[in-house]
Amino acid sequence: MAGESNIRTALSNPAGWQSLLSFSILALAYLAAFSSRLFAVIRFESIIHEFDPWFNYRSTHHLVNYGFYNFLNWFDERAWYPLGRIVGGTVYPGLMVTAGTIHWLLNSLHITVHIRDVCVFLAPTFSGLTSIATYLLTKELWSQGAGLLAACFIAIVPGYISRSVAGSYDNEGIAIFALLFTYFLWVKSVKTGSIFWAGCTALAYFYMVSAWGGYVYIINLIPLHVFVLLLMGRFSYRIFVAYCAFFILGLVLSMQIPFVGFQPIRTSEHMASAGVFALLIAYGFLKYLHTHLSSLTKSEMRSLFVFAVAASAAAVLMAVVYLTYAGYVAPWSGRFYSLYDTGYAKIHIPIIASVSEHQPTTWVSFFFDLHVLVCTFPAGVWFCIKKINDERVFIVLYAISASYFAGVMVRLMLTLTPVVCILSAIAFSNVLERYLVDDTPKIHHIEDESEDDEEGDKRNKSKDLYDKVTKTAGKVRKIRHEPSGEPESLGGNVKTIVVMAVMMILMMFAVHCTWVTSNAYSSPSVVLASYNHDGSRNILDDFREAYYWLRQNTDDHSRVMSWWDYGYQIAGMANRTTLVDNNTWNNSHIALVGKAMSSNETRAYEIMKALDVDYVLVIFGGVIGYSGDDINKFLWMVRIAEGEHPKEIREGDYFTPQGEFRVDKAGSKTLLNCLMYKLCYYRFGEMQLDFRTPPGFDRTRNVEIGNKDISFQHMEEAYTTEHWLVRIYKVKKQDNRVRLDHTARKTDIKPKTKFTSRKSGKRKRGFIKNKMLIKKGKRPSSKNKKPSRKTSSKK
Amino acid sequence: MATSQANVFTVVSKFYDEYVTTTPQRLKIIDAYLAYIMLTGIFQFGYCLLVGTFPFNSFLSGFISCVASFVLAVCLRVQVNPQNRKDFLHISPERAFADFVFAHIILHLVVMNFIG
Repeated sequence: MAGESNIRTALSNPAGWQSLLSFSILALAYLAAFSSRLFAVIRFESIIHEFDPWFNYRSTHHLVNYGFYNFLNWFDERAWYPLGRIVGGTVYPGLMVTAGTIHWLLNSLHITVHIRDVCVFLAPTFSGLTSIATYLLTKELWSQGAGLLAACFIAIVPGYISRSVAGSYDNEGIAIFALLFTYFLWVKSVKTGSIFWAGCTALAYFYMVSAWGGYVYIINLIPLHVFVLLLMGRFSYRIFVAYCAFFILGLVLSMQIPFVGFQPIRTSEHMASAGVFALLIAYGFLKYLHTHLSSLTKSEMRSLFVFAVAASAAAVLMAVVYLTYAGYVAPWSGRFYSLYDTGYAKIHIPIIASVSEHQPTTWVSFFFDLHVLVCTFPAGVWFCIKKINDERVFIVLYAISASYFAGVMVRLMLTLTPVVCILSAIAFSNVLERYLVDDTPKIHHIEDESEDDEEGDKRNKSKDLYDKVTKTAGKVRKIRHEPSGEPESLGGNVKTIVVMAVMMILMMFAVHCTWVTSNAYSSPSVVLASYNHDGSRNILDDFREAYYWLRQNTDDHSRVMSWWDYGYQIAGMANRTTLVDNNTWNNSHIALVGKAMSSNETRAYEIMKALDVDYVLVIFGGVIGYSGDDINKFLWMVRIAEGEHPKEIREGDYFTPQGEFRVDKAGSKTLLNCLMYKLCYYRFGEMQLDFRTPPGFDRTRNVEIGNKDISFQHMEEAYTTEHWLVRIYKVKKQDNRVRLDHTARKTDIKPKTKFTSRKSGKRKRGFIKNKMLIKKGKRPSSKNKKPSRKTSSKK
Repeated sequence: MATSQANVFTVVSKFYDEYVTTTPQRLKIIDAYLAYIMLTGIFQFGYCLLVGTFPFNSFLSGFISCVASFVLAVCLRVQVNPQNRKDFLHISPERAFADFVFAHIILHLVVMNFIG
């Protein structure tokens, strides 16, 4: 009997069940997060996606091959020819070091994996960890149930999957985990006020700094939280301890990353945190004085206090402004201005505006990326404001700032996604807590009839869960006796309907997430796929084909010019020197390439000569209808070139008089003769894709091209891939003898027109030069020609 | 003017009396440590004004380690102060000291790395 009761208590012990349940739910969430990101690997192969990941992969490869110190000192002479790039000092090394560490760890356990596979599967692994970090954060903010929901949401929400599918080996993949984990530790340290948690926050912050430039968001959001708490009069020594310890440790830790360097004390983006630190120290000191000077009158004290706080805030502000003007502190950078004024980038920094992920977000993409969560997220904010406390102030601030930033830039949707998941989970868990308790009293009621005595205390516990469902007289009497804790109880049908509706919504959310992931976010974009009418799939592997050609058939040190989007891929896959790449740090160099692409062949040749270009690579989608090709990006090249060379390149020249961008016959002459146009459409006029369309019909833009006979003087076609997606041209070396463009002087002596072999009939020994050949019955031919030439010139 | 000066003087003297009488011995030790660090920091700052900040990372690591030690000691002092008992229910003085040591380990590892 005793053993049996032991088992019964173990089984009915709610804490045990709860931890088992939450553990298994978290494990499943991890699994779901990992496996839902594998579409790309299953459909294509284990390959690095897109553009930036190729650079990350290449530098990780370098790290693994040559070790950490060589990686930090790596000067890459294959990028930004002729400038080169100091990779160790201009990169956030967190991602590479993480992948390298995992690779080293696995290899030292004799699990031999290739570094590429580690890189491919890093993002899914870390998204599993993100879901656990989200659970921890939400648990601190609200409750365990909400935490589990939040973990499940973040595991499958498309807004996060978009940046972390397998193969998308980018900083954001690990940065979101670092971000959420830092926030969790921060909330924890605010709650406890312990130096230990604050130190852990600083360490997590350090990881974040090493991983992503978005760490600036943390170092502004946390001071904002502290500042708002001060304004709300919620100052406590816990916050004082947490913030001071975190700030000073985080400051010195963040300066260890070579790329960040002295920025934390030199730029305006970081000054807010230092200002709040000074303010908090001053406030804490005054508070301390206050405890010792209790003998002063209250009004005196208050006036002194207000004056001192205002004075110190003003002093901090003045100091920052002074330092900025004196040049010690750099003013806000352009990228930050573009966050406040969305039009700023378009005018001043076209290179930032040209990136599609820097465009303002559309409403559709909010729904597409977050589905139902975007609707329930305000409810979560409302719940948090209703039951406000120190850490909920934080999540509310996070929600507000992140939704603003997500509205400004598509890319920052990524920082909004976690907070949306957390707050929606809070909203859903509130709803479910309210409506899902339906079953408990019913079961309890049945038990109540059978074993009345045993369950007495349990009934008392759950008395606030009572409702009016059951119609037995006893029940009704009990309700009269014990007024329920809830303001109003609802009928069982209503509850069932609400719960079912919520479940339906959640199921639709899951379906939507899977659909979006499989259709929108799982394409490697290095390998394209097209579907035939019968549903079978064609793999278009043109990119790799071209890069492999470059790798095999060109000189090891040859320099390839292309638009900057393809710089990392050329470096990563073809292993050739590039002029510009996706690390767009040097605008004028990019503008030079843009100028070469948008001027006519002769001028472009001069630029290419100056830059030692051997090959030119363009992406042309006109054959298969690929819309992300260079002609569609061409206007940005013109704009960027115009920014640096406004005299030679004018955007207006590339439009028709009606202000349209057209590649057909009506297009402007400048466009039809510029290098990019010629490179893309060379010999395209001879190609008839379809019997319904004329030859030279561009499928991407759905027009017949305007300039069909394109010939090159300084270039020659080197390689064109199967579907014409990538075209590579060789830049010819200069001729030994330059052909003059004016016509040769006219003399009576006929120039020797062509070489003929000595052995041929007329050149035998004893042959007289320029001897007229007279056929009988005919006049000499030279006189015949003259009048005919005149007539033709008259016409 | 004179009255306000007198006022400030009385406030300071009152504060001093209060401090001597009410502050526990342990906190006084921490306060002495704080005063020492503050002097070191001021000395470093004066030195950098005289000589210059040439190895900027060395100056920064020295000065920041001063500020950080000061701040961490202040945090320790706040945590062990019996007046703030209600804010730090779960943190005993021993735990506070252990945390303090932990933070110092992080700090000085980083500073040694940074000082060059």
